[in-house]
This record gives sequence, C-alpha cells and structure tokens, in this order.
Amino acid sequence: MSAVDEGAVLDPRAGARDALAAAAERRASAVPRSNTYYATRRFFRQKLAVFGLVLTLFLVVVGVGAPLLAPTDYKQNNLMEANQFPSGEHWFGTDTIGHDYLSRVMYGVRTSLWVAFAAVAVSCLIGIPLGLVAGLKGGRTDFVVMRIVEIMTAFPGLLFAIFLVSLFRAGFNIPVGFGQRIPIANVWLIVFVIGVTSWVGICRLTRAQILSLREREYVTAARSLGVSDTGIALRHLLPNAIAPLIVAVTLSIPLAIFAEAGLSFLGIGINEPTPSLGKMVAADSGSTLRVYWHLGFFPTLAIALAMLGFTFVGDGLRDALDPRQN
Amino acid sequence: MARYILGRLLGLVFILFAVSLITFLLMRSVPGDPFASGERELPQKTQEARERKYGLDKPLWEQYVRYMGNALQGDFGVPFQSPTETVSGLIARTWPATIKIGIPTILVSFVLGSLLGFVAALRQNSWLDYAVTFAATLGLVVPNFVIAIWLILLFSARFDWLPPGGWGEPEHYVLPVIAYSLAPTALVARYTRASILDVLRADYVRTARAKGLGERRVLLGHVVRNAMIPFVTVLLPEVPNILTGSIFIESTFRIPGLGRFFVNSTFSRDYPMILALVLLVAALWGITYLLTDLLYTVLDPRIRLTGGALR
Repeated sequence: MSAVDEGAVLDPRAGARDALAAAAERRASAVPRSNTYYATRRFFRQKLAVFGLVLTLFLVVVGVGAPLLAPTDYKQNNLMEANQFPSGEHWFGTDTIGHDYLSRVMYGVRTSLWVAFAAVAVSCLIGIPLGLVAGLKGGRTDFVVMRIVEIMTAFPGLLFAIFLVSLFRAGFNIPVGFGQRIPIANVWLIVFVIGVTSWVGICRLTRAQILSLREREYVTAARSLGVSDTGIALRHLLPNAIAPLIVAVTLSIPLAIFAEAGLSFLGIGINEPTPSLGKMVAADSGSTLRVYWHLGFFPTLAIALAMLGFTFVGDGLRDALDPRQN
Repeated sequence: MARYILGRLLGLVFILFAVSLITFLLMRSVPGDPFASGERELPQKTQEARERKYGLDKPLWEQYVRYMGNALQGDFGVPFQSPTETVSGLIARTWPATIKIGIPTILVSFVLGSLLGFVAALRQNSWLDYAVTFAATLGLVVPNFVIAIWLILLFSARFDWLPPGGWGEPEHYVLPVIAYSLAPTALVARYTRASILDVLRADYVRTARAKGLGERRVLLGHVVRNAMIPFVTVLLPEVPNILTGSIFIESTFRIPGLGRFFVNSTFSRDYPMILALVLLVAALWGITYLLTDLLYTVLDPRIRLTGGALR
C-alpha cells in the first residue's frame, strides 16, 4: 500500500477535497464527454501504449508505403552484388541472390501485416457470429458450438494447418465426387489457414461476454419492447461486448505473424518471390547466419518490433477500456 | 465429484471420437498417395497387393471402423514410414526424448517464471520489476527457432561451450531447454505478476493484514494461493503442447523426438501415425483440462463443479 493511500484513509477530508476538486473540474469543462473520450485519454496517458502505437503506425506506414518508399522492387536482384554487408548503398545489405535487403524487409513487413490482419479478420468472421449465437440462443445451439470449440482446441493446431495447406495447395478436391480443383492464391491460402485455426479464443470470449450481458435490464427492456433476437444481438449486445474483443483482436495479430513464421519455417508458408518476415527469419536464419548476420537480424528485428507494438497497444487498450482498473 | 469426473471422461471419449473422424476424413481428402515415391513406378499388381496389405482398397467407412476397432484394443497399426515396427512402438521409442526435454522445460518455466513474476509484483515499479517485464517481453517477441539459432551461434559456434545439437549426453539438454522455455517462462512471469498485483489489492488481503497476520503468512496463505487461479488457467494448457514436442526445437537441435513426426507424417501421408498422434494430443489435452478444473476447486473452495454429462 503506498503512502498516498494511507494518507487518504487517515484524513477523510483529503478524499472529500479531491471529490470536490473533481466535481469543479467537471463543471468547468461543462461539456459531457463520451466514454470513447475518456478511454482515449486513459490510453494516451500510458507511455508504453503510446510507444506501441507509434511503433505500430510506423510499421503500417512502411508496409503500406513499401512500393513508394523501398529503394528497389522486391523482385529485382543483381547477382553481382550478392551477400553484401550493410553499407551506404544497401542499408540492410543484400541477400544470397543479390536482392536489396532493405526493400525485401519493407515488402516483408507489408506481406506479414497484411496476412496477420486478414487472418485475424477471418477468425473474427468465424468466431464472433458463432460466439454470439451460442451465447444468445443457449441450450442446444450453445452445446453444439461449444463441442465444436472443444474439438478444435483438442486438435493439434500445427497438424491442422499442415492438413489445410496440403489439402488446398493443389486446389480443392473432395474424395466423394466432383474431382474439380479450384486454384487458390498462396497468400490467401495462408490467411485462410491461420484464420481457421485461430478463431476459438475469439469465439469463447464473445460467448462469455454475451452470457454476462444478456441478463442486463436493457436487454430485458428491449426484448419486452419486441426487438428481435438479431436486433438485440447487433444493437445491444455486440456494442457492449466490443471492448474486450478489440483487445483480444489486437493481441492476436502478433500471434498470426508468428503463425506465418512457423509455417514458413516448415516450408509451407508464402511462396517465392513474395517476401514475408516469417519466411526471411526462417530461411535466412539458417546456415548463412554465421557469416551474414544481417540476413537473420533485420527481419527478426522487424518481427520483434511488430510484436512489441501490437502487444503494448493491446495491453494499453485493455487498461483504457476497462475503467475498473484504476 | 465421482459423477462429475465420469461425465467429463465421457465427454472426452466423444471428443476423441470426433477428432479421429475429422482427421480421418481430412487426411483422406488431401490429394496424393502415401506410396507415391516419385521413383520408378511399381507394377500394377504390386501396387494393388500393397494397398490390400494396408487395407487401403476397402471403402472409407470400413477402413475407419476397422482402424478404430483395432485402436480400442491398443493396436494403432503399422507406420508407413517405418514398416518394421508398430505405431505404438514408434511412439514409445521417440516420445521419451521429447518428454525428457519437455519436463525440464515445464519445470524451468513454471518455477523461474512464477518466481520472477512474484518478485516483480512485490517490488512493483522498481528497477527489478522493469527488468523482469523487459526480459519477459523479449522472450515473447522472438520465435523460439530464432532464439535456438542464436543460442547455437553464441554457445556452440562462438565459444564452443555446448554442442549445437545431438542427443544422449546431459549437455545436449541445455540449449534446447533454454530455447524452449523462454517463451513459457515469459508468459508465466507476466501472468503471475498481473494476478499477484490484482490479489494484493483485494479486500481479504487488507483484512488479513488488519488482523495482524505476519507478512509471510499474508503472502503465502492469501496472496499466493489466490493468485494461483489465473496461473493455472494460463499454464496448464501449455503442458500438452510442451509434452508432445516442438518441431521447431527438435529439428534445430536434432533431437530424435516425437515433434518431427507431426510434420513428417502429414507430408508423407502416414495415415496410421497421423491418427495416433492426433488421438494422443487430444487425450492429453482432455486430461489436462479435467485436472485444471479439479485444481480450481482445491485452490478456491467457492468454485463448484456443475454441468451435465457432456461438459
């Protein structure tokens, strides 16, 4: 317990003074503020969260702006300049076949962020509706959804991912009939695989939120006014459940970046020539790293920065959106 | 209680069944043939004889029923990638290596992680707290296979203190356990710190102090015990993962463990092996979750276990 708290307990007037001061401040500002306003203020009061936000925005700018900002295109290589260490000409050096490594890393950030965002979007598209329906309907629906969730959790994720990649890489083919195959672009496949193997957490969280919200008075009021289930779900439950979901989504982006790196390590990630951080970390960290340290170092640094950025933003959001905690 | 455990075990059986069925259908829908070697084509008759030998000429449902029937009797078939032994034999041969890496990993990450988190929480906002938080964050932001490679570069290539890989000697454990336990340690430290901080502010801790309990008894009897609950929620689910091994760690350090079979078997379409691995992971997972829930009731007597047969 800090000295300030003890002082407050010993001197009840101090608490009253604070309350009066706060009330005066509220009257002075006069304008009623929204929850978003206070949440934003709480967020920006945290140094680490702001640092994370800056880091994240920087990476997003690098990723989105890569075609404009990168010194060369990611496909352009010059074998005569292979395996160069960082220099004034090539800030991050060059790789084993003479790509400018700075450009590769910038495009890698682009791919990795894109895959991570899209994969998390896929897992939200699966997890949120399922969690919503399970929490709202309860009973048999809830039972079925929760069994699916349990099965997904019990299934080894990596094995499932490899299955899906090998299942769809050659196109889609079901044994019981129609032998047609639909070719799918490799990046989309990776997005799909990561999304499909990672929606369980979001689903559980949505359901838990709905379960705690659906007995509230305003839901009963809406129901007695004759609002449909869909209306209650979309207008009353989801907006109130959104805060923890935002936190969970932010924190699952770094996990998706890691998942892509893992698939790349196994050689079933994003195809050449598209660079991705995971692939560069996995492939370039191999035997060449002992001499050409820059090949593993820069993509690892970029991944670490992305992880740090999103984790700090996620932690900051959690503290800002949950006013219970100080 | 017995009724509850029985219900949960029944639920687990259902999950194992569902998981095996999904796996079976998934692996059979992946295009490709387990015996396509890419080398010289075998005569038609030989291929047919081989399919007959492994029962692959039967209809799908019959193959599944037959497999599950045998599996219930403890016979998981013969792995295609190593036809001279049984699946059970192969797992029994390779799993010990994985477990020998897994148990020290779990011990290190639980003990070290909770100690670090505990100390950081008690000295909140001191340099020690910042150091632990910083280290914990670092452990979480770099993939473990990258950490593994750095460790090899540093301790094997640069200083030649430890072998870069291999198996059999005590020194072969050091680097894999460090690389593998870094992330879980960081996770444990983070959660322990957060939950201890949470509990320290609770009313019952204030009450305990107010009634004159010594600091040691407050911490051990009230704080640690209550902070264990989130700790159990976060940590126990990691146990089945760690115990079944990581392809990333095992392939980097050349450990002859179980982890690589998850990838190898899928790539080579080793149907019996895949099914056995999936069932193993699912069973481990189910048992861990049951233990977690039972542990809750020990840690917090207010928690009552309820629910029907299939929960």
